This record gives sequence, structure tokens and C-alpha cells, in this order.
Amino acid sequence: MAEYTIKVRRFQPESGEGPYWEEFNVDLDPSLSVLDGLLQAKDKEDGSLAVRCSCRAAICGSCGMKINGQSGLGCKTQIGEAQEQANKMKGATGVTAAEASSPIGAQAPEAQDAVRATGQVEAGPGTTAVTTATEAPIVIEPMGNMPVIKDLITDMESTHWTKIRRVTPWLLPHGEPPEREYIVEPESMIDITQSMACIQCGACVSSCLSMEADPDFIGPAALAKAYRFVGDPRDAETAERLHDLAEDPHGIYDCTHCFSCIDACPKGVAPMDQIMRLRRRAGEEGIEDPNSGHDHEIAFVKIIEKKGTLDESLLLQESFAPGFKGKLKPNRRAIREMIGSIPTAIRGIKTGKMRSLHKLIPGVHPKLPDQDDVKAIYRHAEEHNEELNLYIRGEEGDDAQPDGAAAEEVTNG
Amino acid sequence: MAENIKVAYWPGCVSRGFTPELHGSMALVAQKLGIELVELDRANCCGAGVIAEHNQELADTLNARTFALAQQTGLSMMNICSTCQGAQSECQQRLDADSAYRAHVNEALSGQGLSYEKAGDGGWTNKNFLWLLVEDYGLDRLKEQVVRPLSGLRVGPFYGCYIVRPKERLGYAEYPDRDIYLEKVIEALGGQIVEYDGARKCCGFPVITMSRETSLRQAGTHVGDAIDAGADCLVTPCPLCHLNLDMQQPEAAKVVNRDLGLAVLHLPQLVGLALGAEPKELGMGKHIASTRWVEERLTSGVAA
Repeated sequence: MAEYTIKVRRFQPESGEGPYWEEFNVDLDPSLSVLDGLLQAKDKEDGSLAVRCSCRAAICGSCGMKINGQSGLGCKTQIGEAQEQANKMKGATGVTAAEASSPIGAQAPEAQDAVRATGQVEAGPGTTAVTTATEAPIVIEPMGNMPVIKDLITDMESTHWTKIRRVTPWLLPHGEPPEREYIVEPESMIDITQSMACIQCGACVSSCLSMEADPDFIGPAALAKAYRFVGDPRDAETAERLHDLAEDPHGIYDCTHCFSCIDACPKGVAPMDQIMRLRRRAGEEGIEDPNSGHDHEIAFVKIIEKKGTLDESLLLQESFAPGFKGKLKPNRRAIREMIGSIPTAIRGIKTGKMRSLHKLIPGVHPKLPDQDDVKAIYRHAEEHNEELNLYIRGEEGDDAQPDGAAAEEVTNG
Repeated sequence: MAENIKVAYWPGCVSRGFTPELHGSMALVAQKLGIELVELDRANCCGAGVIAEHNQELADTLNARTFALAQQTGLSMMNICSTCQGAQSECQQRLDADSAYRAHVNEALSGQGLSYEKAGDGGWTNKNFLWLLVEDYGLDRLKEQVVRPLSGLRVGPFYGCYIVRPKERLGYAEYPDRDIYLEKVIEALGGQIVEYDGARKCCGFPVITMSRETSLRQAGTHVGDAIDAGADCLVTPCPLCHLNLDMQQPEAAKVVNRDLGLAVLHLPQLVGLALGAEPKELGMGKHIASTRWVEERLTSGVAA
């Protein structure tokens, strides 16, 4: 058994007051969970502390929350590990996750002074009455990107379920249904098993940095769900789904590729990887999206094939007005974007950052001395185009089998 | 600890493109630190995640080529870009996980006399300058080199997503403190750490051409938060973050509708200042957001 201080961001709408921090001291084994700690506080100190939970075994997906700023499940995070993380961040920065991530004005005056002189770890401004100098409080907050109903309970309807419904999360087969079940090759379902592991906890939505900047972004959970049906061989509206997801300006090309959802997901769904699969499929479908996302991807890939390293000015031009195939027809948004980038270029020329011909004129960038080698790689990869999904394949064991024997079977299959 | 460090050096594309001051300052700082750089001038772009989005095997093979070129020198590899680190680590993870796949990828390189070999424990590595500085060079040794402590300079760290996530891929099991190394370096150089919300968030750069407002709102918010927390400057090990936080800063200011104007330093520049290099030699005049305030703070800091 060990003592922990958990610092909970609380909010009771009926009180008419704003949110505030409250610390609880709990006593439990380090291998037990943060959720266990919260339930002990609720049981022994304050029955009004509101938290959703059910299975306590990372299956039901009810107890999504932020622990030391990291989104995840309360029941899947050991309290001992959460304590180590809290100590580490406080030791490095002098402030706790509470002050860094969600300063609550009047209740956390220490947040106003987040600057710390070097070497004064002990005298960090976050020290409070119940916190000892060495143990930082474990900071627990409701999930992000969602309205808070009470304490740790968020309204998942407005930003999670609405977006899930947005992607038509059911099968759309065509033709007469079979007499009994649909029969598919087992291999054809492997690709979507990862997205099927989702338990709808919302941790990825809570962590999403694109949604923070653009609340209209369809988001990681809904897009991972979308791939679950795009990749399903029984579904007959794959192309329609891809058009829908690519043509929405807040769709697959609004993901900023920050990996937050990958670290937040308690089930290894890796929503961002599913979004990249959707982009790949939309590209194969030849869909022209309003964000020029596909044009950007193709431009990037072709520039490296031609030059080996990135020609940045050519990438900008080609992303908006693809001329590689002899068509130079930017759409209205692209023209606006290109004109919009002129002041940035002028500033770059002024400071000397961009003051050279190959940075200003698209296409002048030199190619690598042995660019033919790079081109050979392109030919090889385009012939095979293999995708290795470690979630499905798993990592090779050290002594599991003679070098790659089993893996080889799968590769060739 | 005092042995010389010699690495195969992959500068990346952007450090020789729109952030030339990064490549220049790295060369200068390596010399001052006594790190010998063997530049991989025939290596190719890491793909920045975009090529992997198009064709995973293509990205894996392109990076296997870079790794093989580095291995040919008999040296471990160093990069100076969080995005290179993340994109290359992703490919390396797949290559290392499956010997059959590795053999398949190496087949594409065999015509060039190249082959990527999986390293055993403690063998060949690919590390960002930040990781190398803390893990191999050592903070104590760094401290000994400081001739102009950054006293009074309030520095906000900005990591770049690709170097902090996903933790499982980026060696955090072995090096759990990789997400607080910038703080450690700032401290070792004598500066003050500024904690603000955006340190480990996304600069928005990957969607600057696709979703400009989302992108600039991210950059503008983080710069604004750092200013509100009292920062004199930000420091980043990622030139792509630098593009959005510095080069696009005036545009980001318009989107978040407030004045910004915060200097953003590349990691080698911050180290270089503490090692006594002049701002001009470090290319700080090439930045869009003026670095004059940083220079003033440092001069007054030395006087105090």
C-alpha cells in the first residue's frame, strides 16, 4: 500500500460556480488503477465526486479521462506509474500538469507564475498544503474536446457520437442478402481487425490536436470507424464513402499527423494509421479533394523521385497547381492560397532565408548525384507495394522461429 | 565520457532549404563541441510521413537506403529534424520487426551495393541531435563547454510531434526521459524553463497547404501561450516546426487575431549562444520573427 495525492478538476453545474481543483489523499497498492483511487476518494471522502465506469478492465470504454495531461482510461493506468509520470514532469518543468494544461484562474493562482528559476525543483510554485516536496499530485481531468457535464463526466454526444454517426457506421451491401450469413475469405477481413478493436471510449477524440484547432474535424474515432467499413469486403459503397470523407474539408485531409490518438488509444487501434489508409484508398480512387491533399501527396512523391531531396518551392506550386502531367489548372482555393503565400516568400527573401534561385524558382533544385538509384527504388516499390501492419503481423520474437520462417509464409501469402 | 564523437550526419531537406541557418549553426556547434560530422550528402528525403501515406514500402526502402549509406561509414547516424527522426524510426521499426520484409527491401538496394542490417542491442542507432547531446555527449560535458550561460533567458521548449510520439516506437522504454530533454538542455545551458501548454503539441505544419486555418491556429495558439507564460523565445529540434512557428508567424498572428513576435531558435542555435557563438554566425538574422530581444537579454544577462 502507498499514499497518493490525486488532484481532480471538479465542476458541479448546479452550484453555479466555475470549475476548481480538489486534492484527495488515497491509500492503495501501486499496481491498482487511477480509477480505483478515484473510487476510494468517492467512497471515503466525497460521494458527490462524479466519474463514469463499469467494467474496470479496459473493455467497456466508460472511464476515459486525462491523467497528467495524457488521455486514456482510468482503469488501465496504474496509479504507481501515474505517480512516476507526475513526479517526472514536475521535476523537469517545476509545474504540475494541472497548471500547465488547464489553468483555472482563481483556484490555481500558482498557474500565473509558471516560470521557474533553474535548480529550484524543491521550491517549485506548485507546492501546496497536502503535497509533499518530492511527490507531485497526480492530475486528473475530464476528457478534452468535449463539454463537461459534471466533474469527470463529459458529454460524448456532441463531439463523439454525432461524428460517429456522420460516417454511416453500418454495412451498406448491395443486392439480395444471402439466405444465411455473408461469406468472406478470412484473409480479406484481417486488414480491418485493428479498427474493429475500438471500444468507443473517446480517448483519441480527447487527445486530438486537430480538433482542438478545428472542432469540425471529423476526428480520429469516427475516421477509424469509417475505415472499418471502407476496408470491409461486404460493403458495396466504398467509393461513395471515400468521396464523402475526402471531399469534406474537415475530413481525412484535416488530420495534422500528430500521433496523439495513437498514444491515447487503449486498444491499439492507431486511428491516425487508419486515416492514412483512407488517404491511400482515396488516392487510388483518384479523388480530387478540396484541400489539395491528394495533389500534395502526389507532388511530394514525384519530387523525391525526380530530385531525391525536397524541392520546397516546387512542392508548394505542385500542391496547388499540379503541372507534372502537363495540366496547370489551379482551382479557386489554390489561387487564393498561392497569392496568400506571397507575403511569406517576400519576408523570406528579405531575411536571406530564401535568397537563392533554387529556393525561389520551382524546379531548379539540384538532384542527387545518384538519383538513378532512387528511381530504381521507386520501380521496385511500385511493383510490390507491400504494407506491413505490425498490429496484425506482430514483431519477430528473438528465438520464436528460425530467422523469419513463419513471417515469410505470411509475406508471400 | 571524453572520447570523441563521430557520426554519420543526415541534415535533412529543410535545413538546406527554407531553414539554411539550421544546417550552418549545426556545423558550427558540432565543431565547438568536438563532434565530428561525416555528412551523408548522397542520402535521400525521409518522406516526412507523406511518402509512407502513399506507399509504405517505398518509404521504408528509401530510408533503408539512407541507413545503409550511414552503416557503410561504420558510424551511427545523427539527424537534426524531429520529422526525420519520426519518419525514419517508423520505417526502421518495420524493417527491424520482420527479417523477410527486410530481405525484400534490401533486394531493391542490392544493385547499389547497399544493405541495411538490423543492429543488436547497443549497436547502430539513428538519433536526433537532442538525443545525442543528452545520451552520448552528456549534460555534464555540455555544461563544461558553456562560456556564456543563458542566465535570465526564459526559454519555452517545443519538441515536434514526431520526436515525442508514439512512445512505443521512439525508444521511450529504454530512454523514458526523451520528452523532457529540452528542459534538461535549457537548464544545462543556464537558461530558465518556461512551461506552457504547447510544448509537446503540434505546430500544424503538416496541414499548412491542406487546411491552412487549422494549421496556423495551432502555431499561433502555441506561440501566444508561450508569450503569456513569459517566454523570451522558443527552442525546437525540428525545422518543420520552425517553418510554422517562425516563418508563418505573421500569418498565424492574423488567424489568432493577436500580436505575436516571439523568437524561435533552432536547438543548435541555443546551444551555440551558450558556447559563445555570435547570433550572426548562427544565422539568427535569417529568422522572420526578430531575435533581437534574445540578444538583448543575453547581453544584459552577462552584465548582471
